[in-house]
Amino acid sequence: MSLLLSYLQYPFVRYALIVGTLIALCSSLFGVTLVLKRFSFIGDGLSHVAFGAIAVATVLHLNNQMLFVLPATVLCAVLLLQAGQNAKIKGDAAIAMLSVGALAIGYLLMNLFSTSSNLSGDVCSTLFGSTSILTLTKTEVWLSIGLSLLVVAVFVLFYNKIFAVTFDEGFARATGLPASLYNLLIAVIIAVIIVLAMNLVGSLLISALVIFPALSAMRLFKSFRAVTICSAVLSVVCAFSGIVISILAETPVGSTVVAVDIAAFGIFCLAGKLKKA
Amino acid sequence: MAILTCDNLSFGYEGRALIRSLSFTVQAGDYLCIVGENGSGKSTLMRTILGLQAPISGKVIFGEGLKQTEIGYLPQQTLVQRDFPASVREIVLSGCQGRLGLRPFYGAQEKQRAAEAMEKLGIAGLSGRCYRELSGGQQQRVLLARALCATEKLLLLDEPVAGLDPMATEEMYRLIEQLNKEGTTLIMISHDMHYALGHASHILQIGSDWFFGSKADYLRSAVGRNYLRGKREART
Repeated sequence: MSLLLSYLQYPFVRYALIVGTLIALCSSLFGVTLVLKRFSFIGDGLSHVAFGAIAVATVLHLNNQMLFVLPATVLCAVLLLQAGQNAKIKGDAAIAMLSVGALAIGYLLMNLFSTSSNLSGDVCSTLFGSTSILTLTKTEVWLSIGLSLLVVAVFVLFYNKIFAVTFDEGFARATGLPASLYNLLIAVIIAVIIVLAMNLVGSLLISALVIFPALSAMRLFKSFRAVTICSAVLSVVCAFSGIVISILAETPVGSTVVAVDIAAFGIFCLAGKLKKA
Repeated sequence: MAILTCDNLSFGYEGRALIRSLSFTVQAGDYLCIVGENGSGKSTLMRTILGLQAPISGKVIFGEGLKQTEIGYLPQQTLVQRDFPASVREIVLSGCQGRLGLRPFYGAQEKQRAAEAMEKLGIAGLSGRCYRELSGGQQQRVLLARALCATEKLLLLDEPVAGLDPMATEEMYRLIEQLNKEGTTLIMISHDMHYALGHASHILQIGSDWFFGSKADYLRSAVGRNYLRGKREART
């Protein structure tokens, strides 16, 4: 405990905790919709796109990578959603293409143009977010806080509409809700969340952050509101304890957070089974 | 004036018409059953009326002050819904979404409306229950209550008794007829010709040759006699 308190003296530890929990909150809110709409794989695909975008940003020596990565990922989110609806190339195939393509091109670019002496370290850090949450600059912290608040605000304001579109898109559309507009909104927000979450867990592990809390909550709770609230609380608790554990035990942040999420999922599964029996 | 007019309507998928030049009208208070073989375009017609897909040619016209977004719709259940974690109240309330417009949250008026719809369909006691744990008949009643929240003028029902056991089927039919008696115009897709001929006021049969008219006209028409004979032969 005293060790933890001494760590909290450092601003970078405080930043990591604040940004980490905010990211966890955002990702879990939309996770429920993503899982229920069968959009989970879009999150996965987009995270790989974000990796490619970071590679490009690194090669271009951009000072603030987020300003490039964010619009690029949002653009891909919109494209993927359109592909899913038009289905010339089926949605899932398009996503698979885009995600492995972005991974390959990203790594290739980093290899060809990198000036860094520690290339595999850089790659590892982007994929698994090993230390980036601990090296946030003040601007990045504020940007993350601002975007997180925006995501939460959008979710609360559109909560009922998101529910309607998630439960039954056809009915929502028939009664005059512009469902494609809300699908677009959801895709854009997911892209924002993914770019944010890259800092915490790296691009390979983002889906875990989005999906696990939602799936855990769905084992136990039976209304949309209860599932959403539970998944948000669970995600925040897991992220917070994951970050603390990783600092104390000196483990990589991202994978520790995800490991805690997995453990929570196991507990919820068990609890769900016990409740039924 | 008719509540719904389909004028020279052609509809189908990706520019390929399933049905060409279909015309019929529905008056307020009518109970129209749409019958026809599987794949003849019954659900596609319904989606076209609802504005979920554009007609290839022709028009869907609404009368008596009805807007396209004021139609209650009972779709066939989708896979997503079967394991959806939502309470009955949440689902019924979502039928009021069209009334909200840009307002973000439901007000007292919408909640009252949802409560009345649940009362009417005998599911008020289930309002806190989880949708996926209900029986098929109860789930259908929840979706019907949601449709009632959207409107009481015109309901479109896509095979409302598909997959229900005989008891639940009878109960569902009773509720639907009750709504019709109270003044709701109904358009229902049905596979149950026997029921349609027993209870509907009008029949629309679609397929390679289509027919629209009152029940009595249908029984006299060549199309109707053909269809009934085919059904009878299939049964024996």
